Amino acid sequence: MLHRIKGRIISKGYAEGVAVVTQEPLSFLGGVDPKTGIVIDPKHELKGTSIAQRILVFPTGKGSTVGSYVIYQLKKNRVAPAAIINELSETIVAVGAIIASIPLMDKLEVDPITAIKTGSKVIVDCVQGFVEVDV
Amino acid sequence: MYLTREEERALAGEFGHGKQKAMEILAALGDIYGAEKLIPIESAQISGVSYKTIGDAGLEYLMDQTGSVAVPTLLNPMGMDRFRWSELGIDKHFFEKQMAIVAQYGMLGIDAQCTCTPYYITSPQRGTHVSWSESSAVSYANSVLGAWTNREGGPSALASALIGKTPNYGYHLRENRISDVSVKIDFRLSGADYGALGYVIGKVVKSKVPAFSFTSKPTNDELKALAAGMAATGSVALFCLEGARAHQETIELVPAEVDLYSSGEPDVVVLGCPHCSRLELAEIARLLRGRIVTKPLWICTSRHIASRSVSLITQIEKTGARVICDTCMIVSPAFENRCMMVNSGKAFEYGPSLCKSETIIATTETCIDTACTIH
Repeated sequence: MLHRIKGRIISKGYAEGVAVVTQEPLSFLGGVDPKTGIVIDPKHELKGTSIAQRILVFPTGKGSTVGSYVIYQLKKNRVAPAAIINELSETIVAVGAIIASIPLMDKLEVDPITAIKTGSKVIVDCVQGFVEVDV
Repeated sequence: MYLTREEERALAGEFGHGKQKAMEILAALGDIYGAEKLIPIESAQISGVSYKTIGDAGLEYLMDQTGSVAVPTLLNPMGMDRFRWSELGIDKHFFEKQMAIVAQYGMLGIDAQCTCTPYYITSPQRGTHVSWSESSAVSYANSVLGAWTNREGGPSALASALIGKTPNYGYHLRENRISDVSVKIDFRLSGADYGALGYVIGKVVKSKVPAFSFTSKPTNDELKALAAGMAATGSVALFCLEGARAHQETIELVPAEVDLYSSGEPDVVVLGCPHCSRLELAEIARLLRGRIVTKPLWICTSRHIASRSVSLITQIEKTGARVICDTCMIVSPAFENRCMMVNSGKAFEYGPSLCKSETIIATTETCIDTACTIH
């Protein structure tokens, strides 16, 4: 059954995919390999996981603002997430998603980290402003 | 956030793809941080210039950009002196990538002067809004020059430069420009002591706005060092000097807490973080008079200041020391995996992490003495 959750659009677009969810903030610079889309931060719970073509769900960004450019590079290398959902977006991920044309939504009506499970199918509609989760 | 008709047109892509993306960024940041509107800025200053820091990711992004900036815009230091790069041991590959980055910023109409002290080139008027991203310059602009800026990232400062505006939130609003913690220093400080103090205070106050009361009156160069240290270990973007306001939280330090100095046997001594002013170059020249350096001594400044300090630089270089422009010890790969001695709280913080170099902090006098010691 599909469950529809409204949210705030930060970067426009539409994507469908399989979720990868983490409760830890993520730094793209040094945290994600721009060539493969695999999380390389040794301390991160997603270490070794590919975020390529996934619906990436994490609380918020952290680290260097160069992370925005890493998100752009992921997209050029075709290993970017299909869409991103944050609890609350900050500058690094917001700018990165916009310049890379990756749909980004935050401030969902319910906490996305608990509402969405890794492996679930998710639709991110950053035109109308909602996500749909297969539950 | 409210957008004017002109801003809506930029967002709709009527002024090209570059301006459209820039407007999308500003609109999103405005929404995230609760700005009601965009406000005009007088200038922009963009970090993320060294190939060492932005790498191929940044270069690829910049190569895809078109359009031109709407306000005077300067750059942060890059990874080398654009003329003396081989003296620094920079290889040709790095040189070519670095020059491609600078050329691409130039294509966007940006003045490719690379310095963390843009205010020596053009100082913003008191009370005007700017979008700067070098953290020490942000704090210096807000606190000493009286200009108003948030602590931007490189990409958001570039977006502001292209549009000539920034979302009106944070330190662009009067209500946020008020100190919330007192720092009482009742012992004398001078020179590098202020950078060390900044290093200590930044760790404690994090993103708060400290109000200082000093026994000795700091010079602008000392305030620059203080700003840089606090912005490196904390994210302090504004501090006050009035000290009179009473705050619930008061920090009092004893001299030993600010004494981070040690002697040691560095491979290299590097001064000029932030970039030296003319007065600082004069002080270094005075300390070096009649001496010969026995250890590499590099002094970082802007090309603007260097071009106005030719005889000072001749005096300094006669001793064997080298004055380099456009770069610094932190963003250049030339100072990696070394043992550095510095006179800067900021370089003391970033040396171990960003250069993987053991870093010793000392007074300017000790730095010069160490560079001139006969073994």
